[in-house]
Amino acid sequence: MDAVEQKAERVATVRSQHGLHARPAAVFVRTATGFRSQIEVLAHGKTANAKSIISVLGLGVNRGDAIVIRAVGEDALAAVRTLAELAEKEL
Amino acid sequence: MEFKGVAAAAGIGIGRAVVVTSPPPGGTGPAGSAGRDAAEEKISAEAVSQELERFWAAVASVRAALTRLRGELARTAGEEKAAIIDAQAMMLDDPAFVDAVRDAITAGHKPAVQAVEDVAARLAAGLAAVEDEYIRQRAVDIRDLGRQLVEALTGETSGEPVAGVVVTSELTPSQAAAMDPGRVEGVVAGAGGATAHAAFILAARGIPAVFGVGDHWAQVRDGDTVVVDGNRGLVAVNPSPQELDAFLVQKAAWQAEQAALVRLRHKPAETADGLRRVELGANIGGPADVAAALAAGAEGVGLFRTEFLFLDRPDLPSEEEQFQVYKAVLAGMGGRPVIIRTLDAGGDKPVPALGLGPETNPFLGYRAIRVCLDRTDVFATQLRALLRASVHGRLLIMFPFIATVAEVRQAKGVLAAVKAGLDREGIPYDPHVQVGVMIEIPSAAVTADLIAREVDFFSIGSNDLTQYTLAVDRTNEKVAAYYDSLHPAVLRLCKNVIDAAHAAGIWAGMCGEMAGDPRAIPVLLGLGLDEFSMSPAALPKAREIIRSLTLAEAQAYARAALQQS
Repeated sequence: MDAVEQKAERVATVRSQHGLHARPAAVFVRTATGFRSQIEVLAHGKTANAKSIISVLGLGVNRGDAIVIRAVGEDALAAVRTLAELAEKEL
Repeated sequence: MEFKGVAAAAGIGIGRAVVVTSPPPGGTGPAGSAGRDAAEEKISAEAVSQELERFWAAVASVRAALTRLRGELARTAGEEKAAIIDAQAMMLDDPAFVDAVRDAITAGHKPAVQAVEDVAARLAAGLAAVEDEYIRQRAVDIRDLGRQLVEALTGETSGEPVAGVVVTSELTPSQAAAMDPGRVEGVVAGAGGATAHAAFILAARGIPAVFGVGDHWAQVRDGDTVVVDGNRGLVAVNPSPQELDAFLVQKAAWQAEQAALVRLRHKPAETADGLRRVELGANIGGPADVAAALAAGAEGVGLFRTEFLFLDRPDLPSEEEQFQVYKAVLAGMGGRPVIIRTLDAGGDKPVPALGLGPETNPFLGYRAIRVCLDRTDVFATQLRALLRASVHGRLLIMFPFIATVAEVRQAKGVLAAVKAGLDREGIPYDPHVQVGVMIEIPSAAVTADLIAREVDFFSIGSNDLTQYTLAVDRTNEKVAAYYDSLHPAVLRLCKNVIDAAHAAGIWAGMCGEMAGDPRAIPVLLGLGLDEFSMSPAALPKAREIIRSLTLAEAQAYARAALQQS
């Protein structure tokens, strides 16, 4: 039987001093990769694959920017919650 | 011809130019030139699985090469620089990269080489468009990765190792890593800045480099004599014999200085007879200074001025912002002691958010601890940030501008309240954080024995102590000649402070300019000072002076200086 498909979305404000650049971006992407759901990050009118460092870096997210995290899949709720908390923390 | 760029890796290199014009593969020249195949080549359906297999094999081989390079960098340049390679290795796993290449091969029927070149160029162009300098530099990483994959696919390599001064449009990290420091004298690149990964790698390998010279690189011809001044970000092409001589002298001086630094850096700061050992610390203004402090051999930070967090801004820094900065310094110093001075506002350091009005006599006015004990909200926020950061290294807290014992007790009271708050919230901090005071007011120097009972250490602020003792405004040029840190009055106060500290079983340091003054060091050593903190640049000389004296000689200097009239 297929796992139950979840959908989740949450807005977060990025607190990291360097935004989603450098090491914070790497931590974010590595965390996202641990989930099975498809996860997207939206910022500045662009959409990125949360599991792609190149894609996330390309958003150019700075400290204080609002991002939307959106996931579809069996662990979407946990993924969105975890990543939103991560974004709001200092990485 | 001379031109300026960005000082990307320190040192001075002189040699014949080797101009590397071919843009790295991947459609990657600055102008975005197309790949090697102008015509769109398509592969047959049967060839798709074969090309795909070749691509995965190339990924595996580049991954292995990156792992080797990472290991080498970790050994030669340290773990921090080695982590640079992780960024590239991560891109090798990135779906935006590998999935796109896979799709270009399977759906687009492109040969593997072309698929890699196209995808690398597209992604690099995307990152190059981002405003942030750090991210723009990651575009270089992607191009570099593309180049390495293409080399793995075609079996072509970059050819013979180069020698001389490499002049090119852009240097990639793997090109930098492949350079032999024994043969490459320096690097000049049109693109890039000091945050380019290639710059870090060159710096770690001791290859001088100037990046970001724009189109100037293209004016250099093979065989030209090129001077790369990676200290000043300057490039000289075919200098006159006189100019070349000057550069050779500078290069020799730089090398001698480096050699001395390296020789002495990890030698203890002890007297020639080994009878007395002191600690050498660095004065810093922020996390950016940590690298220089460590490179100069600092055994700790003797003074971290926190004012930069508060100056030139309309608001006050939040606890979180302060915490991040303190944590960065503590972690950066890797467990070495770090003395952080609480806010020293006022005097010649105005903080707009505190609304400190102009005063007739600011140096005798409302400043430093006087402000903090009045604005305990601001003070408590800083202490909370400091304590929270204390778990990331070895923190010592220092209160500035103490005149009386009562102030020390009050400040410690605020600190105790902040600790109690953290305890209630279950927030961890280092319970053994040492608390000390700056001795810079004559009243404190005279009553040092009373203050010593309240604290764990003293640090003499010689700049203010001198100006208050001698009544000389150190910002007034007309009386500059009267400003003398070696005046016996100042020295006797220093002696009193050091003796009082030792009688109470605590230590005494100094964090003013005097601590790094070659004339003062022998005297202070003889007076029994335990710790000398100065700008990182002054450290090598100070270490040399201390190691050249016996304790008896230093004590003789001190006795004579105390009696000078």
